[in-house]
Amino acid sequence: MNATITLATARRILTQLRHDPRTIVMLLLVPTLLMTLLRFVFNDELVFSRIAPALLGVFPFVIMFLIASVTTLRERTTATLERLMTMPMAKLDLILGYAIAFGGIAVFQVGIATGVSVLWLGLDVAGSVWTLLFIAVLDALLGMALGLLVSAFATSEFQAIQFMPVFVLPQFLLCGLLQPRDSMGWVLNALSDVMPLSYAVDALTHVTRSAEVDLTLLRNLVVVGACVVLAVVLGAATLRRRTP
Amino acid sequence: MTNSAVLVRGLRVRRGGLEVLRDVGFEVPRGSVTGLLGPSGCGKTTLMRAIVGAQIVESGEVTVLGLPAGDPKLRARVGYATQNPAVYADLTVTECLRYFASVLRAPASDVDRVIADVDLHGQANQLVGKLSGGQSSRAGLAVALLGKPELLVLDEPTVGLDPVLRDELWALFARLAKAGTTLLVSSHVMDEAARCERLLLMREGIILADDTPEGLRVDTGKHDLEQAFLHLVRSREAA
Repeated sequence: MNATITLATARRILTQLRHDPRTIVMLLLVPTLLMTLLRFVFNDELVFSRIAPALLGVFPFVIMFLIASVTTLRERTTATLERLMTMPMAKLDLILGYAIAFGGIAVFQVGIATGVSVLWLGLDVAGSVWTLLFIAVLDALLGMALGLLVSAFATSEFQAIQFMPVFVLPQFLLCGLLQPRDSMGWVLNALSDVMPLSYAVDALTHVTRSAEVDLTLLRNLVVVGACVVLAVVLGAATLRRRTP
Repeated sequence: MTNSAVLVRGLRVRRGGLEVLRDVGFEVPRGSVTGLLGPSGCGKTTLMRAIVGAQIVESGEVTVLGLPAGDPKLRARVGYATQNPAVYADLTVTECLRYFASVLRAPASDVDRVIADVDLHGQANQLVGKLSGGQSSRAGLAVALLGKPELLVLDEPTVGLDPVLRDELWALFARLAKAGTTLLVSSHVMDEAARCERLLLMREGIILADDTPEGLRVDTGKHDLEQAFLHLVRSREAA
């Protein structure tokens, strides 16, 4: 691994995005627009404050999943990945380059959405806004890492896009947002226990309701962080220098 | 330690159930331009991928610059231009080359040098995706020239180029070879064969001939290399 190559890769990905301004605008603003929409759907600050924190994590999670899986799939299906793999570049250099580039974008994406929600939409955060921001960025990174990983199993953009409903929607349905997790049947509850988004949403909800940083919160953050690292490492492991 | 830049022995490659390379063996001398000629689909790309270590091979040995193909130490020493150029459509030519230069840890000045080598001055700040086919293939070639590769593996680098540019590229290849670089250049156009010092003629996964253009002409009694190739194919089919 080499920091220069990793950073060059991150810079390259951001430069690619810079040539596509519409994508940047959408990346930065779509979660905020959705939060605003949600606020007026409920038309009630109390209900909004209950649902909003979880969605601050979920929206970036979904968007980053899509973006990451499509861009890496593009790299895999064009000759560039094969070419990079014949160069003195570690597999982790490439994946971490993606993580840094998309992580950076996630900071802005989540920062804008959180700022707008707290300042104008009436989201009431009992804990630290910074912790909330941190967890939401972690969620975005989780989406990105999972997107990178599953793109290895897609052979076309159509498949990559459809992995979204396969990998993301079940996590969304079971994360405790629609129905508290412990009121689901034991099968669904057990399933939601192995889904990383559940821990992220638990952490987000906790931060909005209480200022206390307790062990459960820390455990949830460690679980999400570990899932990010695991998905990044597995994603790197799916890259092949030799192919059939 | 061998004196050849590339040494291939008994190479077999199977792709999707088909034997694409059938017991291929040859040597590429250092500091030369070797042409890999043959019709589309004869296994040229597979052979080149085996040499750069991107191909899963069934059996046989491929030695590159004294090391087994794909050895990590070779990654900065072998330049490779894929047939579908390995360049990012949403970057400009310069941005793209700058990125690959930093991956190869080549000096930043290399970017301007290779742009000049492949004559892409006018397109340096254009998006790769907006280039013509010939231009983007030259951008891919420019990536292969970054750093100081001792071996250049170029997969159909002159496809779709106008005759003047093609001539310039072959002159560049000759200059590089003179400076000590070894080049393996594939083509499906026989009239490029005469520009090579050595020729490997391929058909259906085997090497039909491994000779100099002159030797091939003498052996087959045909002056035209295309005719010589046809002669080889027919005499083998008759046998």
